[in-house]
Amino acid sequence: MINEYDKSIYKDQWRWQEGEFEVTRSSVWTGPGCHNGCGVLYYTKDGKLDHVEGDPNFPYNQGRLCMRCLDMAEAVYHKDRLKYPLLRDGEKGENKWKRITWDEAFDWIEEKYAEICETIKQYPGGIGPEGIVGLAGTGRNTMWHIAMVIRAVFGSPNLATAFLSGESCYQPRMLANMLKGGDCWILDAAQTLHDRYDNPQWQKPELMVVWGNEPLSSNGDGFMGHWLVDLMRMGTKLIVIDPALTWLGAQADMWLKIRPGTDCALALGMLHVVINEELYDKEFVENWTYGFDELKEHVQEWTPEKTSEVTWVPAEQIIEAARMYAAAKPAAVQWGLAIDQQVSGMEAGMAINDLVAMTGNLDVPGGNIIVRYAYNSSKKYGCGMEFISSEMEDRRVGLSESPLCSSGFTVFVPCDRLIEQLESGEPYPIQMLWCEGSNAIANMAGDAPRVYRAWKNVPYTVVVDLFMTPTAVAFADLVLPAAMSVERNSFRSWWQPLRAITASADRYYEAKADEEIVFELGKRFRPDFFGQFDQLEDFLTWMIQDEGNGVDYTYPELTEKVYDYWDFNETYKKYEKGMLRQDGQPGFVTATGLYEFYSPVFEVLDLHPLASYCEPYESPYRTPELYKEYPYLLTTGHRQAGFFHSEHRQMPYMRQFWEDPVCDISQSIADAEGVREGDWIWIENERGKFKQKAHIAPGLLEGLVRARHGWWFPEQEGAEPNLFGVFDSNSNNVTTLGVTGRSGFGAPYKSLLCKVYKVTEENDCSPSEIVTKGGGFGGNDITKFFGE
Amino acid sequence: MAMTLPSSSANEYGILIDYEFCTNCHTCEVACQKELGLAPHEWGIKVLEYGPVELPNNKWEWVNLPLLTSRCNLCASRTAVGKLPTCVHHCQAGIMYYGKLDELAEKLKEKPTQVLFSR
Repeated sequence: MINEYDKSIYKDQWRWQEGEFEVTRSSVWTGPGCHNGCGVLYYTKDGKLDHVEGDPNFPYNQGRLCMRCLDMAEAVYHKDRLKYPLLRDGEKGENKWKRITWDEAFDWIEEKYAEICETIKQYPGGIGPEGIVGLAGTGRNTMWHIAMVIRAVFGSPNLATAFLSGESCYQPRMLANMLKGGDCWILDAAQTLHDRYDNPQWQKPELMVVWGNEPLSSNGDGFMGHWLVDLMRMGTKLIVIDPALTWLGAQADMWLKIRPGTDCALALGMLHVVINEELYDKEFVENWTYGFDELKEHVQEWTPEKTSEVTWVPAEQIIEAARMYAAAKPAAVQWGLAIDQQVSGMEAGMAINDLVAMTGNLDVPGGNIIVRYAYNSSKKYGCGMEFISSEMEDRRVGLSESPLCSSGFTVFVPCDRLIEQLESGEPYPIQMLWCEGSNAIANMAGDAPRVYRAWKNVPYTVVVDLFMTPTAVAFADLVLPAAMSVERNSFRSWWQPLRAITASADRYYEAKADEEIVFELGKRFRPDFFGQFDQLEDFLTWMIQDEGNGVDYTYPELTEKVYDYWDFNETYKKYEKGMLRQDGQPGFVTATGLYEFYSPVFEVLDLHPLASYCEPYESPYRTPELYKEYPYLLTTGHRQAGFFHSEHRQMPYMRQFWEDPVCDISQSIADAEGVREGDWIWIENERGKFKQKAHIAPGLLEGLVRARHGWWFPEQEGAEPNLFGVFDSNSNNVTTLGVTGRSGFGAPYKSLLCKVYKVTEENDCSPSEIVTKGGGFGGNDITKFFGE
Repeated sequence: MAMTLPSSSANEYGILIDYEFCTNCHTCEVACQKELGLAPHEWGIKVLEYGPVELPNNKWEWVNLPLLTSRCNLCASRTAVGKLPTCVHHCQAGIMYYGKLDELAEKLKEKPTQVLFSR
């Protein structure tokens, strides 16, 4: 028999003995980092992880795994992994530390907390804890933890992303989702169903549109990229929208080679075709939507010709793609990060939402299914809001400057405003940054040199991480070693199913799980609340039961279940069944109860109530003079499968595939600048420069540079001025902080201008030294932009 | 004159790969390194890449073809206890098949752009 799994080997219980190994079924969700939560089998011996296999009985990945999990033991037992709490024992940047105990670390935190509260009270309206700001990394198993540390433990209202300008990773798209239909949706690859493709309700999408992402490498937002390959093998047709030729694009029925930063325009142009040719789902539009006529009028200017001029996609391709999408039943959109990383990020998300809804693909089998966190349990970044008084809520950073923050649409404080507060000390000086799960200056921080300068003035910084990072060396007073997934008792409720994360290996030296850090700090700072839990497992039970909203069993029971599919997420057309609204009525969670093409709420907030395109901040059309000096388009954040953002650079088995940061350039750039394959090149604009190795990429949009992100060099000197070479190949030397869409969401990480020239002996230098010794590249003007 | 080839028969089992859908995700390569205890850059299976090249019809060809190297023993120690070869087990695209050569040869006829390896 071909490919048959032996059920006597791959059992459905949660733990068993197999020869010399104890085998545990669990799910992986950081560290090492990942957006997915695949089911694994941990093979451990004498408390040590030996190897990992994919769990064939776990419907999410069905036995499959990517190389990062297969290489997990290398990460867990890496010699450079943090072993003990470390207190700075030299100047910031010197990378000198002394080992302390966890008790001493918590004592230090308590002492500084008291000092910070005293300092902040001296400022008008100051309460105290708001002087501490949490910096969160991307969506992994450090989400609710940092939220609870900041809000429940410290009582501060200030949780931010780690200087991710415009919160431009999924937040703009999610906001568009919430605004339009009140809930998030995802491409339906049967991943919400316990029996996956065998489920009789499920339908194969006739067509899928992969828009602004390469999920085979990125697996973003909890979507396992290779589900798309499953669908392709079943015969699903494919449209890919991307300025670069990806492997998916090469297989696609249509590839739309779009100008970066114009996705909103393309969606409006497609809406023009769908509406004017009456290809939309009339029954759905009639019964379940609001504002269709306004949208119809709004898109009239977006003729295929105008859309083509803006997006550089030929008009006939726009028409054909719109017709193909509207005709396919069902059709599904798989969207990604590129949508967020433009000043029209949220607006692009709104327009794509309109396409999905209008064509009747919302919450239908094989379309875009509405999902919530499994069993509604745990609120991720939103955790701990109930610990913040309204008086304290008013102390949030940037509250008055952001209508979406002040109206409660987001749980984050805007980091584009936080940086200003760091620089000015107004209205109160931030005293501590608590950075848990982010290597900010290597990775998400826009205009990283600016962040470097501002952060150096913050009195105290705590970093919780797996390895000593450039961010920790540059800023931290206290570095706390975090446990990895295989060492943690935790859970994941992000979409479906609810998953147990089960500690299976002994703890690496003195690393602590993020759950334990919350729990133990909570016992010290907030015994009134955390005193109710005897053990960590009791606290985790409280989290998954979510005060009656979540499951009706305990955390140890979840461990034995391994995973649990929530029937809500297994149901289609929930809006017809009264499953979405709290009042139990059919419809959506919006002001009108309908899907809103036109948003009355946004009208009140003085934001565009209809999806509106904004030309990129820097572009051939908005800034033609600048374009003469910087004649190439630049996108940043190009993914590599073996690396999770800035992680994995110290793993030989991952680094074997990508020794250096290799960016893509078009043949036209190579010709014009005399660049050959493998040459190191400078990529520069008026804010700064960085160097990467050039790959001349066939098919790439003419005149486009597609740079990598997250690169630092753990093998190099960690102390300043080199700082692990963190600024040498750092694309955030040229990005912005403070440039967003009108909503405050969406920033141009993927729609910039640059020039390119070869690195030579004469012009070679160390950008890391330029930043750490001199503060940056000069021309440090503060950029500020809010859409049109 | 006909050539005389030394006789040596293949293992009864082999691996069939529907390489049309190989994404070059490196899963098989790392899974194999870990199973066989190979160092970085030592391969029991290696994905070879052709393309992307533009075709006359505005389409692109970008093909990945996993190659079983001389180090591959079809995961003898895994299959001896009833497990699949680790590359087959973990392949993210789900396009690798382990079985008897005659069964796989039948499967080879089911669609084009597949390749069958014997060892």
